[in-house]
Amino acid sequence: MQSFAIVTGIAASLPASNVDTDVIMPKQFLKGVDRSGLRDGVFHDLRFGTSKADFVLNRNPWREARFLVVGPNFGCGSSREHAVWGLGQFGIRALIGTSFAGIFFDNCAHNGLLAITLEPDQIETLTAVVSNPASAELTIDLPNQTITAPSGLRIAFDIESGRKESLVLGLDAVGTTLQAREAIKQFERGYLRENPWLA
Amino acid sequence: MALARTLYDKLVDSHTVRHLDADGRRVLLYIDRTVLNEYTSPQAFTALREAGRPAWRPGASLGTVDHVNPTASHRVAAMPDAGAARQAEYFAENCRDFGIELFDVLHPLQGIEHVVMPEIGLVLPGMVIAAGDSHTTTYGAFGTLGFGIGTSDIEHYLATQTLVYKRLKSMRVTVDGDLAPGVRAKDVVMALIRRIGASGATGYAIEFAGSAISSLSVEGRMTICNMAVEAGARGALVAPDQRVFEYIKGRPRAPKGRLWDQAVAAWRLLESDADAVFDQEVVLPASDIEPMVTWGTSPDQAAPISMKVPDPVLETNPDRRRDMERALAYMGLAPGMPLDTIVIDRAFIGSCTNARIEDLRDAAAVVRGRHVASGVRAMVVPGSSTVKRQAEAEGLDRVFLDAGFEWRQSGCSMCLAMNDDVLGVGERCASSTNRNFEGRQGAGGRTHLMSPAMVAAAAIAGRLTDTRRAVEGE
Repeated sequence: MQSFAIVTGIAASLPASNVDTDVIMPKQFLKGVDRSGLRDGVFHDLRFGTSKADFVLNRNPWREARFLVVGPNFGCGSSREHAVWGLGQFGIRALIGTSFAGIFFDNCAHNGLLAITLEPDQIETLTAVVSNPASAELTIDLPNQTITAPSGLRIAFDIESGRKESLVLGLDAVGTTLQAREAIKQFERGYLRENPWLA
Repeated sequence: MALARTLYDKLVDSHTVRHLDADGRRVLLYIDRTVLNEYTSPQAFTALREAGRPAWRPGASLGTVDHVNPTASHRVAAMPDAGAARQAEYFAENCRDFGIELFDVLHPLQGIEHVVMPEIGLVLPGMVIAAGDSHTTTYGAFGTLGFGIGTSDIEHYLATQTLVYKRLKSMRVTVDGDLAPGVRAKDVVMALIRRIGASGATGYAIEFAGSAISSLSVEGRMTICNMAVEAGARGALVAPDQRVFEYIKGRPRAPKGRLWDQAVAAWRLLESDADAVFDQEVVLPASDIEPMVTWGTSPDQAAPISMKVPDPVLETNPDRRRDMERALAYMGLAPGMPLDTIVIDRAFIGSCTNARIEDLRDAAAVVRGRHVASGVRAMVVPGSSTVKRQAEAEGLDRVFLDAGFEWRQSGCSMCLAMNDDVLGVGERCASSTNRNFEGRQGAGGRTHLMSPAMVAAAAIAGRLTDTRRAVEGE
C-alpha cells in the first residue's frame, strides 16, 4: 500500500451532501476483474456530462487536485471499493470532510487514501480558502497531523493511531494479521467447541 | 458485577480474538461466514493468488452470481456483456481454486446474495457475517451482526477469517404500537431514514425494538435491517425470538437434531440486558407511520404519499436547501405538487430489500384482477430462483403476467442496473429497491422508492398512489 507522510497539492471543494459511490464510480466501470482503468470513471457523469464546464475538477487549478474538501456523509451507498481505487488513480491522496460513510472510510484506509474528519466550521474555512484559485494549495502532514497553507492557515486533525500507523508505514493489513495466526486458530477452536452447530 | 451489555456488545465480545488497542475499541473480530458476488470479489482473489495465500476456511464462504446477470425469462449461462462474462468466468475459477461453493446463474439455488443466505439457512442468530455488499445488514433480522465491507476486507477475511474492526456506538430504535392497516415494514424504515437522515446512524449499530417490530414477520424485519444502511448504520439487529427460530428450522443448511436444540437454547439468550445503556435512543410511534415514497435523490428525501413535493424555499438550512434544489431539478419535480399526481413510466419489484415471497404475495394481492396502466412498463424480478419457483407454485406469476407485468429471472437487476435492466434518460420508476441516487437505475433515470405493494398500486394507476386507496378501487 502507498504510504502517506507529507503531501502538498491543490485542494478542490465538493460541498454536496451524501455524495454516493454510484456518483463517484458509476456502474459501467464496475465490469473489470482488476483494479485498473478507473481513472476515467471517477465522477464520470459530472466530468463528462452536460454541465461539465462547471464541474470543479474540470477547471484550473483544480483539475490537478490532490485533495478534496467534501460535504457530509461522503462515500455513502454501495460498498464498491472501485470508488476509492478510481480516486487514487485520478491522483487524489486525501479527503477532508465532516463525516464519511463507514465502508468507504475503511476502504480509504486500505488504499492509502487519507480521510480526515473535521468540525463543520473548519470545513467552512477550508472550503472558502481552497475555492479561491490563488490559495487552493494545501500541505497535509500526517505524522504531525496538520493541514497548513502558505497563508499561515494551520488546522490540527485527529486520527486513530492504528489507522495512522498503517498509512504512514503503508502496512500490508493481511500480513500483519497473519502474524496472529496462532491466536486466531486458538480462538477458532474454542469458539467452534462452544458453538458446535457452526463447526 | 459485569456491566450491562447491549446485544451488539455481546456479539462483538463473543467474536473478539484479541484487542488491538488499550480500551478495546479496535479488535480483531472473528467472522463466521461470508457470501461473495462476482463484482466485488475478483480483486480479493487476485491478491490472494499473488501472495500465495489460501482461503482460511473455504467452507464458511458461499458464492452466488447476482449483480451482473441478465434476468430475461429464458436463462442461459452466457452473459451478453463481455465484462460480465469475464467476471462470471473468473468468479467460477476462483471459487473452484479456493474450494468455495458456487451458485452460478444456472444453479437452482442462485439468487440475490441476501435473499439466498437466509433462505437456505446459512444465517443463524449470534453470528457475525461480513460481506462485500453494503446490504449485509439484512441479517440483523436474525440477531446476526451483518455488515458490508470493501474488496480489501474481503481479501482480509478470506485469508484470516477475521477483520480489524472498530466497535460502533449503539442506537436503539423503538417502534411501539400497531402499524395502521396497509403500512408495511418498508414504510417503517423509510420513515426512520426520513427522521434521522442519510447519515443519522453513521458510526452506529442500530437495535430495533418495540411491539411493532416484534409483530413483523422475519422477512419484514429483513427489509428494515437491509435499509438501515441507508441511514449509515453498519449493523442493525433485532433480538431473535420464536418467530426467527421457526423461520430457520428445517431449512437445508440449518442445524438439525440435537445440534438444533443446543443452538436454540443458546439463541434464546441473545438480547440486550434490561439495563443496558444505548448511546442514542430514537422513538418512532407506529401509529404515526404512513405509506412512504421518496421524492428526491437520497433515501432521506422521502415523505408520506399523502403529502406534497416539499418547497426548498421553506428549508432554513442553506446546505439542505441546495441539496433539495439539486434533487428536484434532477427528478423533474416542482415544489407543491401532490406526490400522488407523479406520473410514472416504469415499475420495478425486485432487490434484496423487497423481492422475497411475502413481498411478491403482497404485491400480487394489489394487482390481482387489474391491469398495468397503458404506457407503463412493469417488471417483477424475484429475489432468488427459489422464490421464483415458490411464487410459480402459488400461481403468483400468472397474476403478474395477466396484469401486464414481466415475470423475470432472479438477480439484482434494476436495483443498481449493472445488467441490461436499465432506466432510460428521464424515465421515472416506482421501485421497491433501496437507493434513489442520481443515475442509480440508469444515467438520467428517476427513482421513487416505496414498498412492493405501493409499486404495484403505482403500476396499475400509472402514477404514485396510496396502495390503500388502490385496493379499495378508488
